[in-house]
Amino acid sequence: MTGKTFAEKVLARHADMQSLSAGEIAKVRPNVALSHDNSAAIAEIFHSMGGKQVFDPRVNAIFLDHAVPPPTTKHADNHQVIRAFVEEQGIENFFDVGRGICHQVLVEQGLALPGEIVLGSDSHTPHAGVMGAFAVGIGRTEMASVWALGEIWLRVPESIKITVRGEFPFGVTAKDLALSVIADHGADGALYQSVEWHGETIEAMSISQRSVLPNMMAEMGAKNSMILVDQKTLNYQSERARRPFEPVHPDEDARYALTIEIDAASLEPLIAAPHSVDNVQALRELRGTKINQAFLGTCTNGRLEDLHQAASLIGGRSVHPGVRFYVIPASAEILRLAIDDGTIATLLDAGAVLGTPGCGPCMGNHMGVPGTGEVTISSANRNFQGRMGTKTSEIYLANPLVVTASAIAGNLSGPEEVI
Amino acid sequence: MVAKIIEGRVWLYGDDVNTDVIFPGKYTYTVQQPAAMAAHALEDLDPSFRENVEPGDIIMAGTNWGCGSSREQAVICLKEIGIGAIIAASFARIYYRNCINNALPAIISPRVVEAVKKGDLLRVDLEAGEITTPSGSYSFPPLPPSVQEIFDHGGLVEYTRHRLSRQV
Repeated sequence: MTGKTFAEKVLARHADMQSLSAGEIAKVRPNVALSHDNSAAIAEIFHSMGGKQVFDPRVNAIFLDHAVPPPTTKHADNHQVIRAFVEEQGIENFFDVGRGICHQVLVEQGLALPGEIVLGSDSHTPHAGVMGAFAVGIGRTEMASVWALGEIWLRVPESIKITVRGEFPFGVTAKDLALSVIADHGADGALYQSVEWHGETIEAMSISQRSVLPNMMAEMGAKNSMILVDQKTLNYQSERARRPFEPVHPDEDARYALTIEIDAASLEPLIAAPHSVDNVQALRELRGTKINQAFLGTCTNGRLEDLHQAASLIGGRSVHPGVRFYVIPASAEILRLAIDDGTIATLLDAGAVLGTPGCGPCMGNHMGVPGTGEVTISSANRNFQGRMGTKTSEIYLANPLVVTASAIAGNLSGPEEVI
Repeated sequence: MVAKIIEGRVWLYGDDVNTDVIFPGKYTYTVQQPAAMAAHALEDLDPSFRENVEPGDIIMAGTNWGCGSSREQAVICLKEIGIGAIIAASFARIYYRNCINNALPAIISPRVVEAVKKGDLLRVDLEAGEITTPSGSYSFPPLPPSVQEIFDHGGLVEYTRHRLSRQV
């Protein structure tokens, strides 16, 4: 008998089945149901379904992060509705304005654990796969139904195994690895599939770097993506985990729809050019493109290590005149650590503008949307036309070093050009 | 209930059409009602769509229709307009589920997408699993039974209501 992939094993466990194979349908109960500013809309659907009490309030985790602090009365009223629902339902895992981005805080708070099922009404829910969870994005109506019934149907996905070996050259990060895979396989390269990350390069990465990979696999259409659970994962969760957990490891002889081998040493800094994430070009081809603003933040690249990289480049230098450099830490925990170790002071002294932990201008709600025809270099994960709120603007995506170097130079640049 | 036979004109689009151009993100927390959502449908993709679309019309697209954000407004705005079905070479998975959950027929058929042009009149028979185009007929497979059940209830709201009422 052939072995099983992570997806097959974790879904079989939660469906109480002896074994499941790709293509079969599993009915499972989630360990976590994540929602954010869209929780008011979900609550309305929940009530329209005849829902009165959520199935298990301990499963719910609600974060206000998409438009925080609220830019308009409408946004503030939306938050009010959510707070009232949280109170009414007795939901303990509620993270109000300023605590940070749902995907980051869910992991920090020990609410997405190895071997668990995470459902989220957000397309970047696969992020939680960094902890070896099976994490899947769903829509609002689906989330309302999960709140009511406590279960969901999931098709067991085929799996892709990506093995990465070797060391990154200077200036190359997990972001470039993710962009390289998306460039090679396209925006639908992992459609409906589960992406597993294997290999010594992944093992050597920090949790922060690892987080980028499952997060970005949403841009390849993946259903979920996961990092193998190791001692680093267990150490990270040792003081954080809210409950006992049991990791799931893919079998050595599992059957994959596709296996990909990557030599990290062969990679170079990459940029996703407007207006799609798979429109990837080498930094060297785009070098010199004039920018109006740089944005360092988001669930993809707004962690402490990313801020450290920015500070290491911009310390003693300045943001280019006429360029805005927005820095928005992904969580309050990160902001606090970055204040304590002097990182924020370094960034502010160089002319950066600091925002409240949250999604910021990533999807165009507020706090740094570009002007007509302006160009943004961003550490986010998505650059669709109009994404940041302005149809005529252009969004380039890159790693934090390139974002910061570009903020210093005033055009698309790498760290070697500003040091 | 969802009509079993759908007849309408084709609106044809390309690959990787994302939810930001189907329903822009800047409206997600300020535009709340389906009718208001409908006013912004495909706003950043095809400005002629809102002016000329008619109930029953069919959207056809290449691969990965509805990629990007999970926002369900990108399905609801089209459902509200009265789009009869979306036929694509493939769908982004959350978008596909959102269609089922809102009982908007979403049909995966790479062959038929290659065979039609904008404005063609199509007939879709959901029960028979058949699409009739000016150049011939194409079949498509049925949904798995447990998923068809959600569709048959008219969407996940009615399905869940039905399940909850049985629990009491």
